[in-house]
Amino acid sequence: MIHIEDVNINLGEFKLRDINLRIEKNEFFILMGPTGAGKTVLLEAMAGLIGVHSGRMTIAGRNVTKLPPEKRGISIVYQDYALFPHLTVLENITYGLHFHKLPKNESKKRRDRLVEELNISHLLKRLPTNLSGGENQRIALARALMVNPKVLLLDEPLSALDPGFREDIRIGLKRLHKSTDVTFLMVTHDFAEALSLADRAAIMNGGKIEQVGYMKDIFQHPDSTFVADFVGMKNLFMAHFQGTKANVNGLAIELGRTPENGHGYLAIRPEDIVLSREKLTSSMRNSFSGRVTAIVDHGLYYEVDIIVEKVLFKSLITKSSLFEMEINEGSEICLSFKSTAIHNF
Amino acid sequence: MTKKEPFFWITVSCGLIILAFILLPLIQMLTAPSFSMLKETIQDKDVVRSIWLSIYTAGLAALIAFVFGTPLAYILARSNFRGKHLIESIIDLPIVIPHPVVGIAILSVAGKNHWLGQFFGELGIRIMGSVTGIVVVLTFVGLPFYVNAVKNGFENISPRLENVSRSLGASMFSTFSRITFPLAWRSMLIGIIMCSARAISEFGAVVVVAYHPMIAPVLLYERFESYGLKYSQPVAVWLVSVCLTLFLILRILTLRNKKDE
Repeated sequence: MIHIEDVNINLGEFKLRDINLRIEKNEFFILMGPTGAGKTVLLEAMAGLIGVHSGRMTIAGRNVTKLPPEKRGISIVYQDYALFPHLTVLENITYGLHFHKLPKNESKKRRDRLVEELNISHLLKRLPTNLSGGENQRIALARALMVNPKVLLLDEPLSALDPGFREDIRIGLKRLHKSTDVTFLMVTHDFAEALSLADRAAIMNGGKIEQVGYMKDIFQHPDSTFVADFVGMKNLFMAHFQGTKANVNGLAIELGRTPENGHGYLAIRPEDIVLSREKLTSSMRNSFSGRVTAIVDHGLYYEVDIIVEKVLFKSLITKSSLFEMEINEGSEICLSFKSTAIHNF
Repeated sequence: MTKKEPFFWITVSCGLIILAFILLPLIQMLTAPSFSMLKETIQDKDVVRSIWLSIYTAGLAALIAFVFGTPLAYILARSNFRGKHLIESIIDLPIVIPHPVVGIAILSVAGKNHWLGQFFGELGIRIMGSVTGIVVVLTFVGLPFYVNAVKNGFENISPRLENVSRSLGASMFSTFSRITFPLAWRSMLIGIIMCSARAISEFGAVVVVAYHPMIAPVLLYERFESYGLKYSQPVAVWLVSVCLTLFLILRILTLRNKKDE
């Protein structure tokens, strides 16, 4: 559907290098990365709003690299919605029909469907200026889908909304995606958001794509330290592999598999590290005792930092288990993790 | 209520001094001529002709600024390129150049010794002592005000609105006419007002290029030189009143439209 091949973009100080992406038809694809990674630039380049230096972009088999934005069949919804302030909601939604000639009854049908689906029928006569973020969001979505684009680009659509709203819009987005055959491509820097919406994702950093794949794979098998850190693999160590063992700063960790000998990285999600007062007698191959060095309150859960010999582990536990186990800074404690929870690369 | 500090009273007194400084001479001038003198002056054909000439040459200058300045202002607002600051400085030059110098500079390219002057001469266009010359001078001094006002207006419109419009199928031209222009026209109107206000007040540059036909400031000066203060005041009152009325009407028109939105 969308093929991006060896695309390079030069914007003075900022560069996108060797971007390669393949996005399938009707996929919900997510571009993730920290601020300044180049996500929005890539989005605008796909829409034809920024020129590319080299490379090729095709959409549904058609080479669009040199086409102006109005000929690409790509709609865009910005974070700030970018609704036309001088036009009513209805005029905003139907703006694209000036340029996409449709039989009257068909355009009306499409309009009515979108207006109903996005629940904005009561707003049609108003100007967008005084509407809430959630309402503006839905109007922007309706306007973008009104022209029946092949691709819908969403630039951090949820980040400007109140957290309470976000959930609703997220569910709405998912439903909208299911009800159309439009390919969704969304930019976000929120991993939880991505996990709940996307089939596949690409992680960007510093103008490059770090990893592309299914959400589950990115989450469980990050390819690089950056991705591991980004997806919340807080325990990330340099390791020396030998046989089925990994040596992390003198600590021997059992992998239960035999990676290639040599140096590499080892990553464990903090929620996969189990804490206990006594040494567990379970199937977990790795069990160490250590000392708690810090407890950080994250609201619903606590991050507990434990030092084992010279290695610092981070574990997440709920408030109640923290109190039950009477964990304090300085307490001696056992930590265990399965060898399958260990990821190496 | 808290006691006001001395600083507060200093700011207030400075403000009052400035207001008095601006208003006192103006009020004095406006109230000096008697009603009968005002009446007599407006019946003077030379006065009416000069005020009319002032208004329509300034209007023409603003129109030219609108036609040629709008695209330039758009480019300056939307794109970044090397030498942009240089171009912006060049646009601002007419503001800082002494007015008579402007007149002399224009005459130097419009004269018979310059190829441009010769070219215009062959076309039958005369700059020296003509309405054309006046319009050229007024456009020269008024342009920066138009371009800057409209540039600011364009800068205040998010380029994302244009991006969305393009992605929905609008060409660059449709985007400009449906989105950018409707959102920027108020700043264009302000630009036109600023440009023509500046143009209508020009004296130094015009007097060098065209003493005749006489625009109102030149006539004002001539009356002052030949007959004295008393005879120039009524002309001044009429010029100021006509200008203020015109600008007031324009302002009211724009404000009313703002409310409609």
